[in-house]
Amino acid sequence: MASLKELKGRISSVKSTQKITKAKQMVAAAKLRRAQEAAEASRPYAERLAAVIANLSAATGADGSGPKLLSGTGASDTHLVLVMTAERGLCGGFNANTVKRARTLIDELRAEGKTVKVITIGKKGREQLGREYGDLFIDHVDLSDVKQNDFTEAALGLGRELTRLYEEGEFDVASLVYSRFKSVLSQVPTVQQVIPATPPEDAEVIDLQGAIYSYEPSEEEILETLLPRYINTQLLSAMLESAAGEQAASMTAMDNATRNAGDLIDSLSLQYNRARQAQITKELIEIISGAEAL
Amino acid sequence: MADTLHFSLVSPARELFSGEVAHVIAPGTEGQFGVLPKHAPFMTTLKNGVVQVLRPGKEDMRIFVRGGFADVTPAGLTILAEEAVDLAEADKAKLQAELEETQIELKSHSAGDGAHVRLEEHIAYLEDLCAAL
Repeated sequence: MASLKELKGRISSVKSTQKITKAKQMVAAAKLRRAQEAAEASRPYAERLAAVIANLSAATGADGSGPKLLSGTGASDTHLVLVMTAERGLCGGFNANTVKRARTLIDELRAEGKTVKVITIGKKGREQLGREYGDLFIDHVDLSDVKQNDFTEAALGLGRELTRLYEEGEFDVASLVYSRFKSVLSQVPTVQQVIPATPPEDAEVIDLQGAIYSYEPSEEEILETLLPRYINTQLLSAMLESAAGEQAASMTAMDNATRNAGDLIDSLSLQYNRARQAQITKELIEIISGAEAL
Repeated sequence: MADTLHFSLVSPARELFSGEVAHVIAPGTEGQFGVLPKHAPFMTTLKNGVVQVLRPGKEDMRIFVRGGFADVTPAGLTILAEEAVDLAEADKAKLQAELEETQIELKSHSAGDGAHVRLEEHIAYLEDLCAAL
């Protein structure tokens, strides 16, 4: 049986751990609110843009003459997989789930005989995928100095990089693996094709009531400026969703940890009290038997 | 049918405006244009400038946009701005300070690299914005 001193030490160490997890939970809750707001605020723009793209591609892309970003290179030999994870751990299965999804995707693509390249976004994904797929990495995006959910710069930079690589023929298809923020309790690892751009199927195509669209400047020029923006927006909203999901996962994980620590403290206290009682009883017996012997 | 136009202006950061208006004047790349209710379907890119929103019975709204798209459909007008500032909320002194800061930062970058180009764009945007105030 553990000595009293040992038990006391363990109780106080679990208590301080609980304080930390509790503090982390509250921090995550506060951050979650902000991240969620940011993610929700960006949705109207993304939705409208998707609707515009859907309209435009319905008008121009049908004959396959549209820009390459929309119609594709005609091949699908080289796949670029973007893996978006958090910069930090301590958020339950959040990173692990996304990485697992990415791993299945990479393995599937390889089994089909395609060349796979990987860009990681966020440190954790890089660490976890590095052992197996380190030789596939071509780039990494560091999000650690992003402040207050302002991912605009990061998304823009990555978007530019992607367009450049695409134009240089470095890859044919790019997919993004990220955690979609469904609710505080559920984040769903999602695979989304970014290049060639695909407007979401549920985007509403507006009925023009027989009227003809006029474009200024030409359709192609508009589409050419619009598509990179669409890609950036997709990246940006994925980053925002992922950030919100990370905080939500972290909050849940820390809540569980706090509760576990509480349980542990309870059972340790019980053990401690029992040990203390046993010791007192033992001492009493010693005194009494000592007195009887006299 | 009511003689109003459904207008919404969104930027990646937030939705700035959504509602019924009488008339919108926006800065297209090929010239300024006005949109009234029942406008024919039309799409254009925008340049930096002020979008003027005329509302019946209310004060005009002036929103500064930095590039973007305008899309006119039978359902209304949608402006997707890359960045947008409501001029009623803008603070000139703060913008001036930001402009000066950016100009100083520009000097620390050599011409031709990516950051330089970006900063120059930002300065042009801030200058336009200050001029619009």
